[in-house]
Amino acid sequence: MVHSPSDAPLVLKLDGITKRFGALTANGDVTLELKQGEILALLGENGAGKTTLMNILFGHYVADEGNVLVARDGQRLAELEPGSPHAALEAGIGMVHQHFTLAENLSALDNILLGTEALSALKSARAPAQKKLAELMARSGLAVNLDMRVSQLSVGEKQRIEILKALYRDARVLVLDEPTAVLTPQESETLFATLKKLSAEGLGIIFISHKLAEVIASSHRIAVLRGGRKVADLPTEACDQRQLAELMVGHEITETVREPGHAGEPLFVMTGVSAGHGREALHDIYMDLKSGEILGIAGVSGNGQTMLARVISGLETPAQGTMTLGNRNLDHASARMMIDIGLARIPEDRHHDGIVGAMSVSENLAIEAIRKPENQQYGLLRFSAMRERARKLIKAYDIRCQSEDSPARLLSGGNIQKIVLARTLETEPKVVLAAQPSRGLDVGATSDVHKRLLAARGRGAGVILISEDLDELMRLSDRIAVIHRGHLSAAEPTETLDRGTLGLRMAGHSGKDAA
Amino acid sequence: MIRFEPRGPVGVSRMIAVPVVAAVVALILAAVPMMFAGLSIFEAYGLMVTGAFGSLFAFTEMLTRATPLILTGLAAAVAFRAKLWNIGAEGQLYAGALAAVAIGTGVVSGPSYILIPAVVLAGALAGGLVMLGPTLLKTRLGVDEVVTTLLLNFVILLFVQMMLEGPMQDPMGMGWPQSEPVLDEAALPKLMARMRIHWGLILALVAALGVYFLLKRTVWGFEIRAVGENAAAARHAGIPVTATFIRVGLLSGALAGLAGVGEVAGLKGYLTADLSPGFGYSGIVVAMLAGLSPIGVVFAALFIASIFVGADSMSRATGVSNYLADLIVAMALLSVLVSGLFLRFKIRFVGANTTREAAE
Repeated sequence: MVHSPSDAPLVLKLDGITKRFGALTANGDVTLELKQGEILALLGENGAGKTTLMNILFGHYVADEGNVLVARDGQRLAELEPGSPHAALEAGIGMVHQHFTLAENLSALDNILLGTEALSALKSARAPAQKKLAELMARSGLAVNLDMRVSQLSVGEKQRIEILKALYRDARVLVLDEPTAVLTPQESETLFATLKKLSAEGLGIIFISHKLAEVIASSHRIAVLRGGRKVADLPTEACDQRQLAELMVGHEITETVREPGHAGEPLFVMTGVSAGHGREALHDIYMDLKSGEILGIAGVSGNGQTMLARVISGLETPAQGTMTLGNRNLDHASARMMIDIGLARIPEDRHHDGIVGAMSVSENLAIEAIRKPENQQYGLLRFSAMRERARKLIKAYDIRCQSEDSPARLLSGGNIQKIVLARTLETEPKVVLAAQPSRGLDVGATSDVHKRLLAARGRGAGVILISEDLDELMRLSDRIAVIHRGHLSAAEPTETLDRGTLGLRMAGHSGKDAA
Repeated sequence: MIRFEPRGPVGVSRMIAVPVVAAVVALILAAVPMMFAGLSIFEAYGLMVTGAFGSLFAFTEMLTRATPLILTGLAAAVAFRAKLWNIGAEGQLYAGALAAVAIGTGVVSGPSYILIPAVVLAGALAGGLVMLGPTLLKTRLGVDEVVTTLLLNFVILLFVQMMLEGPMQDPMGMGWPQSEPVLDEAALPKLMARMRIHWGLILALVAALGVYFLLKRTVWGFEIRAVGENAAAARHAGIPVTATFIRVGLLSGALAGLAGVGEVAGLKGYLTADLSPGFGYSGIVVAMLAGLSPIGVVFAALFIASIFVGADSMSRATGVSNYLADLIVAMALLSVLVSGLFLRFKIRFVGANTTREAAE
């Protein structure tokens, strides 16, 4: 929690914003105020309307009703021209998107200057720009090597460039959309330290998040959106995590609790596995998954998790090393073989790898077992049997859809994940690979996924949980290993680890440094 | 500014309405150059309708012309369903015709019930094998099949010409580049006396039902649809993607090969290098017009065939070139491609600045 500037003037006001997309009301009569030097956290689940609201502020969308008011240079609030990002920039609103908008092949300096210079200028005014940026960096603590190409920079550095870009344009309001989604815990702390410094100098900051801990630790005020409406607007000191979570979801939440497990014999073993090349390559992976445990794989996005999941899924053949399940060698296993020996795979990109959107829910539920006798006879599909089983699974896994015949693409992300869970877990697999299983899901769907994974563990399956969410990993895993640049650390019992240690390892420091 | 908003699921009525509207639009657009040619529109289209439907002879001619179009249309439709872009039906048609002539002109002799199936199978096999090469190059090496199948058309046509001027030339043909005639026992029987319509039409209709059944009711069809709609998810779910492509490639090539068999063993009786006026390419239009539905292919082929036959007849009566038919067919393809956009998106005309909107 941060001390709040009590009687500072307003710099921004969103007044009664309503935005509809067809039948969906993305924002309903939302009013939001931001004072000079204030950090406002905008909290809400996926689809609560946070990003839509910020896109209206920045002029990407036009509100159906309501106004955006901005105070320019300490003057009174005045209406901002709707639907014009240019006007928003002019009025001193800077936005750092979740997916950065940088030109990878240009230097950091070029990226910052991009769009600030008149086309007619004969000479680029680099010297004064560099001076101004040096000053900004010293004041804010945002250190970046300006001459490096953006493609060579880390994610944290890219984010710093985005913030510098906004500051260079004299932003008085800075909006950050899910700024910590791609950062290690340490990088997140540095970011929030910077934001506090900037707010102390008078910058108004709005950051969007669904992570409760960071919202409480780093804001003055918290606005909660649910279903497009503002359901709470509270000073941070008056909030606690449970209350915020319930405001976000709209009902009480039962936490998933991991009972002590009975880990058995090693079940799925990888020894010296290397695969792929480039940034996502795997080097000499060793892993021993025991039955009845959840083995967590922590790591910052892009450190080889995707390749690890592809190898275990049977989509990529390792260049070196061996994999075994029980006595069975899996060095050249295909996806088909993995399914047949009872290795269930939940892919990280469920829309791309999990479902065939144009096919029906029942076809998607049957797709992994389409050649099994329950789905076909003499090569002919047994439609009624397929649909009957689909109806059962829809009920058992609470898949919300019009019917088993609706195309799967019409379902929400959470329900698509339930299709994947239903078809993979229903066969009672020995090993479950869950890659980013709750990414992009709301609280309800996430707790559903967690319960299913714990249930699989409970009946003796080994679960490999690849995630970027430390809270999820600490809550579910019996042991956690960290993946960094394609190297996997030895797994250690969760009880002996803390967020700090894991964070350091995710950033590439060895275990000894952390101790 | 124009804004595109995605639509929900598409109903059957709209699926049928789109190609019908596209066909009408094509006919309206084609009226413009017809007016410039000094024709009365109603008279010209009237001549076309009588040319295709006006008498039993006209009608059977139209059906005869539709026969190869149904088969090449099916070849394109089944391949496109798997997103295997076979643009080589023309070449596969000639390969099928060449194989039919190789078997059916006296190398083997026997009764009809042996020779006809032999000719049909040889043609299907030849077409399938021609498509196997590009399919393997795609699945093993990632070579773009659009390029390989398209260019293979010219290779095969030149090969056919070489054969017709060399080893397969008819010694009794007065030096014309044409093959020996297909034996009577190997020829597909006529359906009606004194008409050109032949059993190839029945073959094509059976093939359409077969492809429909395959796609709808069988495991292979399920796998073809899954691979076509999302190959990554299909692979992840353990579907043999490469094997599916090979199956589709063989089937698609075989269907186009059958079109060649019909033309040579059912209609012409001998092979020349101008056997097909682009049936392979028109098959792509047929498939697109049919929305890649095997049953739709039959109706689309009838439409395209009546345009061709009708335009021939109109051209004889008025002296206006029958290239007009190609124009209408091309317009129909463009119209159906554009209407595909209308099928998937709602088009809204709105003011500036709001074009980036999209539901979150």
